[in-house]
Amino acid sequence: MNFAPFLFLASLEGLVQAAVLCLTAVGLSLVFGVMRVVNVAHGEFFMLGAVLAWWLASLTPGHAAFGFALALVIAPALVGAVALAADRLILKRLDYRPEATIVATIGLLYVIQQTALLTFGPDARPVEAPFYFRVQFPWFGYSGHKLLVVAAAAAVLLAAWYVIAKTRIGLVMRATRFDRDTARAFGINVHRVYAAVFAVGAMFAAVGAVLVVPVRQAHYLMGLDPLLLSFIVVIIGGLGSIRGTVVAAILIGFSDGLISVFFSPTLAKMASTLLVALVLVFKPQGLFAVQSR
Amino acid sequence: MKHRPAPPDLKAAALFVAVIAALFALQFVLPEYHRLSVTRIMVLAVFATGYNILFGYTGLLSLGHAMFFGAGLYTAGLCAYHLGWGVPAAFAGGVVAGALLALLVGCVALRTTGVSFMIVTLMFAQVAYLATLYFTAYTRGDEGLVLPQAARSFEWFGASVDLTDPATRYNLSLLLLVIALAAVWGVARSRTGRAMVAIRENEPRARMLGYNTFAVKLQALIISGALSAAAGAAYALLFAYIGSSFAAIQYSIDALLYTLLGGPGSVLGPVLGAFLMFYLVDVASQYTSAYLLVTGVALILLVLYFPRGILGTVKHRWLPWLP
Repeated sequence: MNFAPFLFLASLEGLVQAAVLCLTAVGLSLVFGVMRVVNVAHGEFFMLGAVLAWWLASLTPGHAAFGFALALVIAPALVGAVALAADRLILKRLDYRPEATIVATIGLLYVIQQTALLTFGPDARPVEAPFYFRVQFPWFGYSGHKLLVVAAAAAVLLAAWYVIAKTRIGLVMRATRFDRDTARAFGINVHRVYAAVFAVGAMFAAVGAVLVVPVRQAHYLMGLDPLLLSFIVVIIGGLGSIRGTVVAAILIGFSDGLISVFFSPTLAKMASTLLVALVLVFKPQGLFAVQSR
Repeated sequence: MKHRPAPPDLKAAALFVAVIAALFALQFVLPEYHRLSVTRIMVLAVFATGYNILFGYTGLLSLGHAMFFGAGLYTAGLCAYHLGWGVPAAFAGGVVAGALLALLVGCVALRTTGVSFMIVTLMFAQVAYLATLYFTAYTRGDEGLVLPQAARSFEWFGASVDLTDPATRYNLSLLLLVIALAAVWGVARSRTGRAMVAIRENEPRARMLGYNTFAVKLQALIISGALSAAAGAAYALLFAYIGSSFAAIQYSIDALLYTLLGGPGSVLGPVLGAFLMFYLVDVASQYTSAYLLVTGVALILLVLYFPRGILGTVKHRWLPWLP
């Protein structure tokens, strides 16, 4: 038996996993970096994106690509609106105190998840892929949609990098992150920055979910796995460091598939969770953190 | 840390006696279904009381107390199931396991504070939960184990105690609750208890005053873990079932919620919180499968508008003598 095609297939799957994880984890990392808020409900924004994508796709007549394109625009916008409301109604009133916001976002996790259970129901539902083009490799054909997921994720991340690093909006964000009091002294409306960052962070997760929902199905409990994986990525990558987050997401997205080939998935999860807890205790700046801010 | 005069203590003691007497009397008027519910609530109240030592008094917010509850539950249950231990030995084993786990977890997790402590305890608890699934050959994972008939009764100083009898179970869980409350009240009034409160209010200041804050926090965690494990062991032995769901994150959140609702840092708060929340969820689950919505809404509202909880507010506003 030839091992190379297997490895190639596993790498492709790892790439898809890494791309979605990148989007989700960067959202979490952005929120933590700028606002110092650990958003436990982040995975539920992912779930909400997938469920809304199913809903929008089921409303749209005609070719599946229309529904998908519509979902890709509208679902993240709706999720962003929910996040904005959560920021205004809950986080801002708590003055963004770290411990209180964790408890509140745990509450938010239950509220979003159980509301989805009430409205969307307990069943997993598929969303049709926008097209069925298959890319032919020498050994097997591979879903063109999955390659689109990778490309789209890369494009979104590049755009995010451009906005953060090169534009005035990004400058305001970085200033707020660096020192919120000084930022305020320079006339930056810190609360508006926080609201925008929280919404954008949630939208990252939603975009990842819409992209991947034709591959996985929409389900009201689907937010838990991305949440745990994003936590792992953000901690390994260094809390709040976007660059470290991307590196860690690619590494973990890749290795997750490979590890579960060799070990029992439960044991792999146990080992990685324990490892991450120890990283947080003994090396809280992360394994790949860049020293300068 | 001023010295309290005697009368408030008398009032507090009278209140304790009244609450315990009321709980004892309740078993004679409650219908069967509610008597069983209250039996469960009292065990969960012991769990929340253990949680309160760490969160309410020491100010450390753990998101992983299900692992201590689970340690007690699984040690007691597995020893009874696989090794044929008697009920008292299995219970004691559960409590010791919880204390040891707390010692181990504390040595690592207490190097962190605040948000990191929350996440680290959450992750350790997740590892413990996954372990109950991984060792499915012994635990039967989600499906769980039903304890054998031999573990349903025991001899105690010549008297035979039958755990299948509802009245026995009710009074045993009441006894455990009384012991837990006495322990917390004792700890709260001791030097260590005051050091815990000092750490909650301002840890650097407590350290500057010469307290070994790490040692005090570790003590708090061990007492808290042992009480939580006692609740878990009692739950396994009284209701004769152990399963992975008891070690899941839901149970960590429940302990937090009971404590937040009743009033962190008050002795009777977690008991009141457990009663109210248990029945709130019980009623909600009769109407909808999405009954955890209640948990979510309660968490948000408590954090936003009611951070002292019920008894904490009563104590702050009207009755400063409340324990």
